[in-house]
Amino acid sequence: MAELTMIEAINEAMRQEMERNSRVIVLGEDVGENGGVFRATDGLLEQFGPDRVFDTPLAESGIIGTSIGLAINGMRPIAEIQFLGFVYQAMDQLAAQAARIRFRSGGRFSCPIVVRSPYGGGVRTPELHSDALEALFTHSPGLKVVMPSNPYDAKGLLISAIRDDDPVLFLEPMKLYRAFRMEVPEEPYTIPLGQARVVKEGEDLTIITWGATVPLVTKLADEMRTKGIDAEVIDLRCLQPLDIDAILASVEKTGRVMIVHEAVKTSGFGAEVAALISERALFALSAPIVRVAGYDTPYPVPSVEDDWLPNPARIAEGIETLLRY
Amino acid sequence: MFDPNELSIEMVQILDENGGGDEAKIAAFSDDWLLNAYKAMRRARVIDERLLRMQRQGRIGTYAPFSGQEAAQVGSALALRNDDWIFPSYREVAVCLLQGMPLEQFFHYVQGRLSGKRMPDGVNIFPTQIIIAAQTLHAVGCAWASKLKGEPHVSVAYFGDGATSEGDFHEAMNFAAVYNVPVIFFCQNNQYAISVPYAKQTASRTIAQKALAYGMKGVLVDGNDVLAVYETMKQAVDAARRGEGPMLIEALTYRLGPHTTADDPTKYRRPEEVEAWRRKDPLHRVRVLLARRGLWTEAQEEAFVAEVNAEVTAAYEAAIASPSGSIADVFDYVYSEAPKLLAEQKAEVMRRKQAKGVK
Repeated sequence: MAELTMIEAINEAMRQEMERNSRVIVLGEDVGENGGVFRATDGLLEQFGPDRVFDTPLAESGIIGTSIGLAINGMRPIAEIQFLGFVYQAMDQLAAQAARIRFRSGGRFSCPIVVRSPYGGGVRTPELHSDALEALFTHSPGLKVVMPSNPYDAKGLLISAIRDDDPVLFLEPMKLYRAFRMEVPEEPYTIPLGQARVVKEGEDLTIITWGATVPLVTKLADEMRTKGIDAEVIDLRCLQPLDIDAILASVEKTGRVMIVHEAVKTSGFGAEVAALISERALFALSAPIVRVAGYDTPYPVPSVEDDWLPNPARIAEGIETLLRY
Repeated sequence: MFDPNELSIEMVQILDENGGGDEAKIAAFSDDWLLNAYKAMRRARVIDERLLRMQRQGRIGTYAPFSGQEAAQVGSALALRNDDWIFPSYREVAVCLLQGMPLEQFFHYVQGRLSGKRMPDGVNIFPTQIIIAAQTLHAVGCAWASKLKGEPHVSVAYFGDGATSEGDFHEAMNFAAVYNVPVIFFCQNNQYAISVPYAKQTASRTIAQKALAYGMKGVLVDGNDVLAVYETMKQAVDAARRGEGPMLIEALTYRLGPHTTADDPTKYRRPEEVEAWRRKDPLHRVRVLLARRGLWTEAQEEAFVAEVNAEVTAAYEAAIASPSGSIADVFDYVYSEAPKLLAEQKAEVMRRKQAKGVK
């Protein structure tokens, strides 16, 4: 089995789905000749030609808006938004258009598009290149939101997203694109959207996280074990649909919950997870839920981003708080 | 240097406001064609006036009337095949009726029923667009798909003068020209975006000339002349179907009524201006032409109007007699399959209904 980085796994998923279905096309800024600014679409233009892979004009709303028209008329577009911070330019087309096509047409039309976009911090980018904006989309009924954290999941989830009949935001943590390699089966496979993964089992507390922060949390949980603290780590993988059963099962086992995400804290998706737990498992809790998230500011400049992001010190402090009860 | 004031743009017109005009071209239109076009416009006018009254009577919700724009809508729709794709805004009722939307369906829509959202299968009309200019991009994508699949369909984006100020309009024009897709941008310049007049919307003398910047053909046509609109649209559609790419058509017209039933146009328009445009009524000039050819009498007019009125009444009654739908239905068309948390919300609604003994 080949050892792939996440970016290679994403590339392989697109390549295999394009081989499988001639209606799958790729469009976006610099995705053709250049193979994408992170090389996610590398080689696709050469293999599938200019009627399948399109370097678009520089216009995010245009990319998503035309993808909607392509999708309702039978194509399966994979659109790339070069960095998630640029997605505000396309918010109407995503939240007011793509998300509502099925509803607004009474089920006559569906909108099977995948919008891939790199997101996340810790890589010293210019402004608006690092923002984690997943909550914008979980607050838009009709969209699905997928956030992989490793190469294996990225491939299986992306193939599921491409085959899905609903619009899917596929948010790729850019810090993890080449962070590590992992065995990834060569043949196409799917991971159902809406199934969380228990990364580590544990008894003392549950840490719920997704996307960019999963490796960080997992490493910390390993270190905690040497100190006799047994943390369970859950990678949600999908925020919409959400695997509520996996969350509740773990909460009922440990009674202590920490939620870690990069997005700003207020109205972040962690708030939704905390609310669901309090609605459904309040009396299983031995301690208040702790959230470790980005602060409620615009994403900061590189010189201070490590202190802004969830980091080992902040997470360790949260764990101490949880275990005090 | 390029000076837009030196640009010469003539408005295409065949039938003038008095029912005369380019006689050679007029002669090329058959009696049947003229009668058909006139009836479609008259039907649209009767429906529009009835809907306006029904809104005042509280029988339907907010409505955006189109009286005055019948020639632009009918002329353009008659140039299409019924399997071409239409991307309408909320003022394109005449277009949609000609492209296959059942009148009863429209009543479902203006009565705020969920059933009003679904066009019958095979009717290639995209759901009515509320966000200004958003549909222009959908039309381009749809046309792009037709081109990629090698299918002969043309897509038409319908929009007004206000939409040309939106970013999506510019992105759509640009994509359409870059990919040379079979899409028509059909702008009904009715000269007002709610209350804002054309001169405050753009410094461009015409909307048609905006095509130039994208490397696209553009044309200005008298939007109250159904013959000229048809001929212009036919040329554009035929060219697009042949693979010659997109075109921008500006149909210069006038909205005789309010923006919607929620506003009062006397606040922003002088009565003399409205009167001047009433004299350019798109139906009047065709009526004169039909009379010249001895094709249409007052008695025929009265009988036809009565027939349409009966049709409207029947469609309205059929709509209100049909099931109005239920809150439980809103959960069914959000995703291909309802996620667990959404399914729970539906179950909660169903349980409450059952507890109240409601079906």
